[in-house]
Amino acid sequence: MTESTTTTDGRPVEGVVQELARDDVGRKKFLKMAGKTMGAGAAATSLAAFIAACGGSSSSSSSAAASSTAASSAVTGTPASSSSGDLAIVNYALTLEYLESQFYAKVVRSGLFHGATLSLLKSFGEEENEHVMALKGVAKSLGTPAAVPVGKFPLTSAAAVTKLAGAVENLGASAYLGQAPNIKSKEILAAALSIHTIEARHAATFNTLLKLSPTPDGAFAKPMSMAQVLAVVKPFIA
Amino acid sequence: MRHSDQASPELAAVEVHGHTRASFMVRGALAAGAVMGASAVGPLVTRAFAASASSDIDILNFALTLEYLETDFYTNKAKTVGLTGEAKKLAAMIAGQEAQHVAALTSAIKAAGGTPVKLPTFVFPVTNQKSFLKLAYVLENTGVGAYNGAGPSLSNPAYLAAAGSIVQIEARHAASIALLTGQKITPSGGFDIPLTKAKVLAAAGPLIKS
Repeated sequence: MTESTTTTDGRPVEGVVQELARDDVGRKKFLKMAGKTMGAGAAATSLAAFIAACGGSSSSSSSAAASSTAASSAVTGTPASSSSGDLAIVNYALTLEYLESQFYAKVVRSGLFHGATLSLLKSFGEEENEHVMALKGVAKSLGTPAAVPVGKFPLTSAAAVTKLAGAVENLGASAYLGQAPNIKSKEILAAALSIHTIEARHAATFNTLLKLSPTPDGAFAKPMSMAQVLAVVKPFIA
Repeated sequence: MRHSDQASPELAAVEVHGHTRASFMVRGALAAGAVMGASAVGPLVTRAFAASASSDIDILNFALTLEYLETDFYTNKAKTVGLTGEAKKLAAMIAGQEAQHVAALTSAIKAAGGTPVKLPTFVFPVTNQKSFLKLAYVLENTGVGAYNGAGPSLSNPAYLAAAGSIVQIEARHAASIALLTGQKITPSGGFDIPLTKAKVLAAAGPLIKS
């Protein structure tokens, strides 16, 4: 089996988020330290950065092949500065997870799937919800969590939805991978890695269902920068 | 009855650890609310740090050992077992990718001025396609946990980027094998559990003969 380079999906990047919230001591310490230094101002800035990034697109969403190729040169992603960088990354991941979660909820309700496939979609959706909750908790501990985006997804047929799901998950995996080296907090990094491989498992599942290679980039997954990911995501935000 | 019977339970324990009660607890806690959820994830994260005071080169060599193991398994053991059909195709693809991980880690260690560990001799307690795939699933999940556990300890961001790039592939392999064999695609729910070096050694150690 040779690697298919024709598969479309972008790589997902994992989000980063949950671990800060984990223990009380760490949390309080973090809040004390981070809450004061950043807070609402930093959050607003990161949101602005997010929106600005949405505007500067260069790749199309339907076929992510181009962005996947481009990703190889964007290993470093967006430079993060200190802990306000972490909040921006966490909120970025949170936004992506919100969209994924909304996507699965709509897909599950669409009536397009039944039986084992429906169960699979439900469990993936639950996992994305877990990511949302964890990331939101971490974002809160750092400052202000990103607003809930309003996603819009074309759900025309089971085949089209499966294809979109594959694109979404591969994008998510590339997104987390792109941010991992930018994360300052070791705790947030550990959480991001823990989510990253879940997105990868989801992505490989859809690729397999779609008869595509489970490893479209070959032996080394390619990261995507924040700007690349947001460009792909933009059409799915109302 | 020697290595064979020992290796499996060890590995299975790691797998079970991810699969069962703990994952349900995490899920349940997460469902209960964000704050509680976040704290429930804590133990997983703490585990990621428990292992490490190792240097980057130590970590890369540790990863190299695991990649050697996987490469030998998918290349040589796959042959002696005589895989067929989809399993054969999948193993061949994975073998090639694990070999690339070996090559990449070897050159990274050399470039960092370190000495790559030598190729060990392995013993795999599998006799047929079914037991091969069962162990493959455990090995890939152990690999995911190992990289995720070691990642935060890497001090050079370039190695972290490389480790991330590799661990994503291990996770994709794990999912592919899960789909082929009807096992859980996400054995520990929404969060893959990082493994300490000790846990990984407990799992992989019995497979290393010398």
